[in-house]
Amino acid sequence: MKNMAAVVVDNIVKTYRIKKTVVQALNGISFSVDRGEIFGIIGPDGAGKTSLFRILTSLLLADSGAASVDGFDVVKDYKQIRNRVGYMPGKFSLYQDLSVQENLQFFATIFGTTIQENYNLIKDIYQQIEPFKDRKAGQLSGGMKQKLALSCALIHKPSVLFLDEPTTGVDAVSRKEFWEMLHRLKEQGITILVSTAYMDEASLCDRVALIQKGSILSVNTPEGVTEEFKKPLWAIRANEMFHLMNDIKDDPSIESCYPFGQYHHVVFKKDGNNKPILEKIVQKGNYTNVEIDSIKPNIEDCFMALMKE
Amino acid sequence: MDAQSLNTHKAKKSLFGGGSKQFFIFVKKEWLHIWRDRRTLFILIWMPIVQIILYGFALTNEVKNSQIAVFDQSNDQATSNIIHEIDASRYFEIIKYLHSYKDIGATFRQGKIRLAIVFPSNFRNDLLHTNSAQVQLIADASDPNTANTLTNYATAIINDYQQSLNQNKVLPYTIKTQLRMLYNPELKSAYNFVPGVMALVLMLVCAMMTSIAIVREKELGTMEVILVSPLKPFRIIIAKTIPYLAVSMLNIACILLLSVYVLKVPINGSLFLLIAESTLFTITALSIGILISNGAKTQQAAMFTSLLSLFLPTLLFSGFLFPIENMPLPLQIISNIVPSKWYYIIVESIMIKGLGFAAIWKETLILVVMTFVLLGLSIKNFKIRLA
Repeated sequence: MKNMAAVVVDNIVKTYRIKKTVVQALNGISFSVDRGEIFGIIGPDGAGKTSLFRILTSLLLADSGAASVDGFDVVKDYKQIRNRVGYMPGKFSLYQDLSVQENLQFFATIFGTTIQENYNLIKDIYQQIEPFKDRKAGQLSGGMKQKLALSCALIHKPSVLFLDEPTTGVDAVSRKEFWEMLHRLKEQGITILVSTAYMDEASLCDRVALIQKGSILSVNTPEGVTEEFKKPLWAIRANEMFHLMNDIKDDPSIESCYPFGQYHHVVFKKDGNNKPILEKIVQKGNYTNVEIDSIKPNIEDCFMALMKE
Repeated sequence: MDAQSLNTHKAKKSLFGGGSKQFFIFVKKEWLHIWRDRRTLFILIWMPIVQIILYGFALTNEVKNSQIAVFDQSNDQATSNIIHEIDASRYFEIIKYLHSYKDIGATFRQGKIRLAIVFPSNFRNDLLHTNSAQVQLIADASDPNTANTLTNYATAIINDYQQSLNQNKVLPYTIKTQLRMLYNPELKSAYNFVPGVMALVLMLVCAMMTSIAIVREKELGTMEVILVSPLKPFRIIIAKTIPYLAVSMLNIACILLLSVYVLKVPINGSLFLLIAESTLFTITALSIGILISNGAKTQQAAMFTSLLSLFLPTLLFSGFLFPIENMPLPLQIISNIVPSKWYYIIVESIMIKGLGFAAIWKETLILVVMTFVLLGLSIKNFKIRLA
């Protein structure tokens, strides 16, 4: 039991037919998630994250391929899966006209448990919204809604927890708190699959799968992903950012250049003495307030590089 | 941890073997949705009451105290008896006695009267010696419905009189009028629409409201969460329908109380049978609602599908507003697949004609078969997954 992977995805293909065009949502993806790890599915909107989660929670049927959760086949044993997973969809899916307490009571009861039985599991999260327990769910703030949704998904002590973009539309402080909660849940032995479009959250996962247009680009630890990035990377800024981008892109020794916050990230094709190349461009274009640094790649840089391949 | 989680899973399983707790909390939750949406609840409770009162009083085609004129060229015992009967009825008020044919046209043109009754001379003599006499009814047909109703009322009164004369006669007297009535001698219009409103309200509350309630969960995304739970999908649906069943039973009670005590439309047959048949029809309507919700993706779609496939057919094909016998044959055939038609016949038979189960077993059987087919279809089409 211990050695068995919590989630196994094997060559899953899913297509949608929208009017007459066929849209490929998942393009034969495979990975597996170990027990008790936080596994991130990282990718932009439309990458296929929600489709994948729905297939794993038995809500959708894949066109081909196989998947299992907790050792149960998602198609054949869907009833067992519905008994043991927790699922928090991307859209806030609680009853807006029921109070905080009523929502939690409802989900506890339909999963055949009580709030008291598993209270210690949700205590940290629920305590924060307990002062508002008589308030209607529809009147909560985004962060509180998300905490309530997580409490409802956890109340039956699921063995695997699926969180579809739980931090979308939530402020930075609440996001940070939310990830801290996930780490505490992990300590309770719950396997967590979490999808997000925020690249910076990848480093908070044990392992991540980078997904783009229905295909997995890489499955690794966050450190492993950045280590795969071998090319030299520089950050540059100046007052004339738009022209700078065009000038850099014209240089044949540069592989790519893309905006990143207040900087442009520049990837060179080869190792070597690359700084003079940038300095030359800056001099030629009479740029002002220039700043040039060699930097370590983050997940987003890796994502950009992997997308190009 | 593993052993512990296994234990809780086992506990869940045994609990779910009964599943009544889950079912109950679902019904409670559904009831809270209805209870907290006060505006909708208000409409659900008041709609049938308002409909009954509207149809009963405002939109009635029953005509009371219509002003009429009489031109009696005979002035004998028989005509004065008939005139007395007519004046005594609450439908008519004789405001003018005319003395020539010319007066008739003039009085009509003044717009004072809606009906004139003309007795020829020698009315009683004709009746006694030839056993047959004639009465002419002239109605203002600018409003054809009223004209039709008035002539029917007058004819009914004359027929009554004729019957009272004939009680001990071997050779019956006949007073000839052009119009005859077959049924409902007092022409109480409330008789027709009480069963119609019942069918309409049950269709609306059960089918439309349940289909909207189910689709609302799909639209809000909560269906996604409760599908990924140990609750059996079809139990979810049944649990959702129960509060609406309760509301529609309340509606039926309101309608029946109003029709008996306010509109004075009696329940001639068995009340128990009436309620049993109404429950059957409620289940028919609920299964239609579930079937609609299977296909609809948005609440609006569910509402329009319900209106088009339930409300209009109930209005048009149940015989409530328009007699089915007068429709072209293709429409008559179509009317057979409208469940409301059969329910209308059943309610009419029990409430108004006072008939027992023996008279309506065929209609009941049709409804039962329809319900099973609809329920079967909605179970078969119910999606245990999304899309």
